[in-house]
Amino acid sequence: MSLLEIENVTLKFGGLTAVDNLSFTVQQGEVFAIVGPNGAGKSTVFNLISRFYTPIQGSIVFDGHDLLAEKASDVADHGVARTFQNIELFEQATVLENLLVGRHRHRKSNFLTELFFTPSVKKQELQSRHFVEEIIDFLDLQAYREKRIAGLPYGVRKVVEVARALATDPKLLLLDEPASGLSVEETTDMRWWIDDIRRQMGITVLMVEHDMGLVSGVSDRVLAMADGAKLALGTPAEVQSDPAVIEAYLGHAA
Amino acid sequence: MDNLQLLISGLANGCVYGLIALGFVLIYKATEAVNFAQGDFMMLGAFITIGLTNADYMGLPFWVALPISLGIMAVLGYLLDRLVIRRMFGESQTAVVILTIALGFVIRFVAGLIWGHEPQTLENPFAGKEVSFGGLVLGMEDVAVIVVTILLTWGLYEFFNRTKLGLAMQGASQNQLAAYYMGIPVKRVQGFIWALAGGVACVAGILFAAKGAVDPSTGLMGIKAFAAAVIGGFGSLPGALAGGLIVGVIEPFASRYIAAGYSQIAPYALLLAVLIFRPHGLFSQVRVKKV
Amino acid sequence: MRIVFKTNYMQDIRPWKDGYQLSLYLILLAVVFAAPFVIDEFYLGELTNVLIWAIAGLGLMILTGHTGQASLGHAAFLAMGCYANIILIESGVPFMLAFPLAGILTGIIGMVIAIPALRLHGIYLAIATMAMSILVDDIIVLTEPWTGGVGGKFAPPVNVFGIMIDRWGTPREFYYLCLVVAVVVTLGYINLLRAPLGRSFIAVRDSEVSAQAMGIDVARTKAISFAISCGVTGLAGALMGLFAGAFNNETFSVIISIQLLMMIVIGGLGSIHGAFFGAIVVGFLPQFLSISKEWVGAALGGADVAIPGLEFGVFGVILILFILFEPMGIYGRWFKIRTWFELFPFYRKDMFKRQKSYLKTERLR
Repeated sequence: MSLLEIENVTLKFGGLTAVDNLSFTVQQGEVFAIVGPNGAGKSTVFNLISRFYTPIQGSIVFDGHDLLAEKASDVADHGVARTFQNIELFEQATVLENLLVGRHRHRKSNFLTELFFTPSVKKQELQSRHFVEEIIDFLDLQAYREKRIAGLPYGVRKVVEVARALATDPKLLLLDEPASGLSVEETTDMRWWIDDIRRQMGITVLMVEHDMGLVSGVSDRVLAMADGAKLALGTPAEVQSDPAVIEAYLGHAA
Repeated sequence: MDNLQLLISGLANGCVYGLIALGFVLIYKATEAVNFAQGDFMMLGAFITIGLTNADYMGLPFWVALPISLGIMAVLGYLLDRLVIRRMFGESQTAVVILTIALGFVIRFVAGLIWGHEPQTLENPFAGKEVSFGGLVLGMEDVAVIVVTILLTWGLYEFFNRTKLGLAMQGASQNQLAAYYMGIPVKRVQGFIWALAGGVACVAGILFAAKGAVDPSTGLMGIKAFAAAVIGGFGSLPGALAGGLIVGVIEPFASRYIAAGYSQIAPYALLLAVLIFRPHGLFSQVRVKKV
Repeated sequence: MRIVFKTNYMQDIRPWKDGYQLSLYLILLAVVFAAPFVIDEFYLGELTNVLIWAIAGLGLMILTGHTGQASLGHAAFLAMGCYANIILIESGVPFMLAFPLAGILTGIIGMVIAIPALRLHGIYLAIATMAMSILVDDIIVLTEPWTGGVGGKFAPPVNVFGIMIDRWGTPREFYYLCLVVAVVVTLGYINLLRAPLGRSFIAVRDSEVSAQAMGIDVARTKAISFAISCGVTGLAGALMGLFAGAFNNETFSVIISIQLLMMIVIGGLGSIHGAFFGAIVVGFLPQFLSISKEWVGAALGGADVAIPGLEFGVFGVILILFILFEPMGIYGRWFKIRTWFELFPFYRKDMFKRQKSYLKTERLR
């Protein structure tokens, strides 16, 4: 069943075409990777799905809902969560607080009940905490629970980004370069985590990635992009051997 | 004719606002910090010159005192950067802003201690002289203000866009790390810009005090200069001057044609209108933030 | 060295860390409630002033400390709350109704002001709020028929549960009024901070972009923050008017706005304690200075040193020293000292070292 359908989406920034008539679908339960040289428009696709940008043509349908009719803060409500390439965590808060913010879309309380901290708010807090602890367990973040983001090393922050996105309990997880800046060990950890996310949690993963090892190790299908347009779509092996893709990365023989 | 007089005096006032705004923009362009104390710098420059020139104090000739006070203000600006602002290197810009607000308070207090709280005027060679210009009678001071401001703005604009140091400053404000890699001594550049801002403020102060009276709280007109800087778009030097002229011209016309009480809110209402509808000013430098 | 051993989630959800901390706060509460019976009338008045400034500081802290929206114009809301309260009382509304109503009205105006403020960030918001403060100052003078203009208004004694309270006649009762309001506001603030709304404020402060991605409606959150902040500040303003007895537009000038911001920065931005610490500095600084002046005057041969504007000058110096050496404010220093004791001897020197970063322009990206 297709979970996310991108059809004929185009976005221009002034004279620059960032995304050029792009179409692809993401099936439920798969790990789908987008690769391509820098400037290919990969993060722009994420920003379109997150509704930070609006395409000039095309449609984005998630789980039957037209995302283009939504604003950015409503996208999470439908079950789409994302991480950011350049870590956009809440620096002055602890890891635990960051993750608890992820539970915001499940908030049933309002200003008045929270002001008086009614028993229903207390119950909601306990539930949120319980849910978040499961994620902390899953990603081995116990040691960092009470630490402020501002003091944490880069590798840990990347994991917290993923944890926070998972805290929203999404159906689709958008990972923007989850392994960039990570060491080999950390990348291997990330690879198994992504696999577990798909298998154990049943979450569909759409990721932008440069590390071809990670991509071929964990993805079901890969979309190669260059200059905003689709180059090739298929299994990792197919895409890696596609001549157009090789030319985009390495150029053609002299 | 009458309106033209209003216009000229409005323009002259506007030039003073423009010069203060120029100081804001200078520091902003080079360090992306806003110096809330720029108005108080102006006041300080005025008082230092008064202290050197006026008969009550040292009684030096005007043209001797002028470079001395410019020098003192430039040194003060540099020292301020060296001793206080530089310690904030690498901290958030909000912290620097709050720091300069506090600095303004301290400067006002010290000025009151040294020169008292009575309004004083600067004795200068332009006083009382007039220039006839095709039926218009202009005070010499007004002419001086306008001429000096235009020259200074033009000079600074060329400096920023043509000279190596000016480009270095722009680079340092856009990406400090990259600037360092290019061999730009960022901290020294910053010190220089503060010295420059001090000098510009001093010029503004001298021109203002020549026409009107200053007292330690005069620096609070810096808020109107903010309006000027914002209208011009906070990164543009000619924009700052244009903004200053707009504010300066609106004031006398507002007080002439609008009921008293309403006219003095005109600059602030204008500021709010610009901020709400064109937050990046009329000569904006900002593009969209990419995530 | 103190170890807090956690066995259930409630220990994190409830406001106090453990029994020890709770008992300390209860003792503080007892001391503060017993104060009128121990200290003389003059210092009681000073303490009342501190409480009122603390409430104002709490109001600004919600907006600037926790939601990250810098406001240099909160004196305008002090004024709105003050005038609303008095005008309602003069129209016959009983104080018990007029007081919360004044807060609510100010909160609504705050929410309206939030709408244009939404698109302003950082320095632009600071400048806009400063302009607004000056504008309100002038508007108060312009709307003289209602506000008394430059002549100002006088605060009558108010009726609380049948007792007539006014600042000079019944200082003890007035103190309790301010104390109760301060405690209630603080409890509400604590509750909000440990609930999703408070966290959404912090999210908006630290990263609007990812807050949106987490499902937080940034515009709505900012509007709510403005509303609560202005409402609380309005209440403080109403109390300020009652405390001053007589007030006019100058009581709420833009300098007061700036002083309020400087106060919470000194106290410690981003903490409830910060509002109280800052208020203590503002409240007791004049006293401290006049005592020092006597001391200095006596040491220098008996001359009476009268220096106008000394308060602001000293306040400015204090703020500069804090920003340079202790940016986390008084609360920050207190927190570090407490941590040193709690972790002794394992406190590491650079535990709270601030991350310095190279400047990258906000203008062109």
